[in-house]
Amino acid sequence: MTSGYAIVAVLVVALGTILIGTYGLRVSRTTSDFYVASRTVSPWWNASAIGGEYLSAASFVGIAGLIFAYGPDMLWFPVGYTAGYLVLLTMVAAPLRRSGAYTLPDFAEARFRSRVVRGVASVLALAIGWLYLLPQLEGAGLTLNTVTGAPDWVGALVVTVVVTVNVMSGGMRSITFVQAFQYWLKLTAITVPIVFLIVVWQVHGAESMTKPEYPTFRHDTEVRFHNPTTIHAEKSIFIKGSGEIDGLRIENSGLVLTDGYHRIGQGSLFTFPEGAAVPHVSTMAHNTNQTWAQPESSGERFPLYGVYSLIIATFLGTMGLPHVIVRFYTNPNGTAARRTTLIVLGLLSVFYLMPPLYSALGRLYTPELLMTGQTDAVVLVLPARMIDGIGGQLLGALVAGGAFAAFLSTSSGLVVSLAGVLSQDVLRLGGVRGFRISTVLAGIVPLAMTFVSTGMPVADMVGLAFAVAASSLCPLLMLGIWSTRITTIGAIAGMLAGGVPALTAGLVTMFSDTGDSWYEVLLSRPAAWTVPLGFTVMYVVSLLTQRHVPPGVQRTMVKLHAPENLGLDGSGPASADERS
Amino acid sequence: MTLPPSHDDPMQNGPAQKPAQRVVVTSPRTRAPRARRPYSGTREINEQSELGAVYMRTLIRAQRRLGLSVCLVVCGSLGLLPVLFTIEPDLGKAEVFGLGLPWFLLCVATFPMLLLAGWFYVRQAERSEREFAELVERP
Repeated sequence: MTSGYAIVAVLVVALGTILIGTYGLRVSRTTSDFYVASRTVSPWWNASAIGGEYLSAASFVGIAGLIFAYGPDMLWFPVGYTAGYLVLLTMVAAPLRRSGAYTLPDFAEARFRSRVVRGVASVLALAIGWLYLLPQLEGAGLTLNTVTGAPDWVGALVVTVVVTVNVMSGGMRSITFVQAFQYWLKLTAITVPIVFLIVVWQVHGAESMTKPEYPTFRHDTEVRFHNPTTIHAEKSIFIKGSGEIDGLRIENSGLVLTDGYHRIGQGSLFTFPEGAAVPHVSTMAHNTNQTWAQPESSGERFPLYGVYSLIIATFLGTMGLPHVIVRFYTNPNGTAARRTTLIVLGLLSVFYLMPPLYSALGRLYTPELLMTGQTDAVVLVLPARMIDGIGGQLLGALVAGGAFAAFLSTSSGLVVSLAGVLSQDVLRLGGVRGFRISTVLAGIVPLAMTFVSTGMPVADMVGLAFAVAASSLCPLLMLGIWSTRITTIGAIAGMLAGGVPALTAGLVTMFSDTGDSWYEVLLSRPAAWTVPLGFTVMYVVSLLTQRHVPPGVQRTMVKLHAPENLGLDGSGPASADERS
Repeated sequence: MTLPPSHDDPMQNGPAQKPAQRVVVTSPRTRAPRARRPYSGTREINEQSELGAVYMRTLIRAQRRLGLSVCLVVCGSLGLLPVLFTIEPDLGKAEVFGLGLPWFLLCVATFPMLLLAGWFYVRQAERSEREFAELVERP
């Protein structure tokens, strides 16, 4: 699907982001402006910015793709991404703001008064951030590939350059405006097309999405295979075209694709007949539309374990994401932090109503993606497929622009926070210049990683970043905020005990092929065992080392929990500033 | 900064040295920033006395209990769903408003519930902070 409008939309989003960023440049001058937007951001702006930052490639294209392929088990992604904010609201939001921490390492140091705890938290925040940036770049590659046919690395490069330049020149103040703008852009870009698509579906007779049949081609469909693909045909079908099947070269002729598994060569181009059952990529379960709509239809070996692991990772991982934490500093006080989080919950709830609709329509209108395995593209392809002519192309362009906004905004947020961590804790370079050098570094590393990773679905990759956050930084925040007994040694041990296995599992899944081994699900969905491990180790080791409770823990607790306007804990002048 | 004569906290059965002539007129429900006066409770906390620690512990416990209960009720009820669908596969086939039950619950019903829980939490948390403020600012 190559569309001129879509290219224009992507360009407009990229240029718009840079322009708004430059506008912010004139406002931001000092280092404190750069880092925290001078704390002059209202809850609605702030909540929109959090929403804009949080709705990533995984939310915009990934969730719809996973539900489209694997059914309702994947609905736990949107539910978990939202419920994560409820956990964050109830357990972390206000105390985190009151701690005065700008990044997670800041919190670690404020709470534990220890450079070592800070160091470990920094390394983990960096790892999580880079793990999270990787799928954004892959998603950008996929989008540009879908709308222009450009190679995958082009999209990743474009996003990296736009984001790095923007963050370097504008800093956080402009980013807040950019992010807030991005949320509303994304919501528009995903809502407007789906309204039209549902109308079209109604006009076509509101065909049932859960018929007890395999998805079928609605028209004679020409499909290009960009990668070598193993597919499984449910029934034998007659196909035409050129390419390679099971090692056999075919030039412009017909062939009966018997039922069973077939290996299709790279670059093959075949036409599948109308009404035939769609073969699917070999790693997917054999599902009719009816069985697909049932829970546990994904064909995983331990579906219940997988679902619970996903729930744990997303519910608890949100609070440990480095770019989410930063936003809380731009609230004037703890109460505003809570209200902002509540607004975010609302904004996310509205957005997440949309992706499942795309998935369900995709089963009817773009089933060939089940065969090529490019399920993440379902949101991008659907509008042009369902609506002929210029209308469909314009809607497709809108979706592509929104998707690109998603990559840009999440990457911006991540790069800002990673640059903060890098300049303060790793490079130890202060001032605006240090921040700029760190920004470049924060962008280049994940770009390099995109060249070695294996293509797994973007939402799954994001799930891994959540798992690492949930098993290392989440225990640090939860126990650090609510218990006075956590010691420096306990905090370090807990973060490492949870974070290192989760990170290892994630990297193994991403960069190697674990195939069908029984332990595959333990590695691709590690949260269910690494999160309890992190919490337990942190608490038990703390109980064993009670002599190392950080000094002044009572005073720290007062700072974390007491409302600001009471003038507690000698925070007099600072809180007076905040109010003005 | 000069400190006014010390007041005894009503929670302590202290000596009968009540500053009867002093009347503090405040409205704790005001939205305007309060003039910061070293009332007894805040000073107890700032000076890290035993009583101050008790005040803080009460607040932290109340907030922790509130946060955990909201979390447990919401996450617990959501967490039951996968088990229910496994034990009783027929539930997955049930329909509500033309949607499969799992779809209805996870796509439609969950989000308002999360919002409601969040709203309830914010209201309660702000109330308990107000009560804490009234407690420690009481002369």
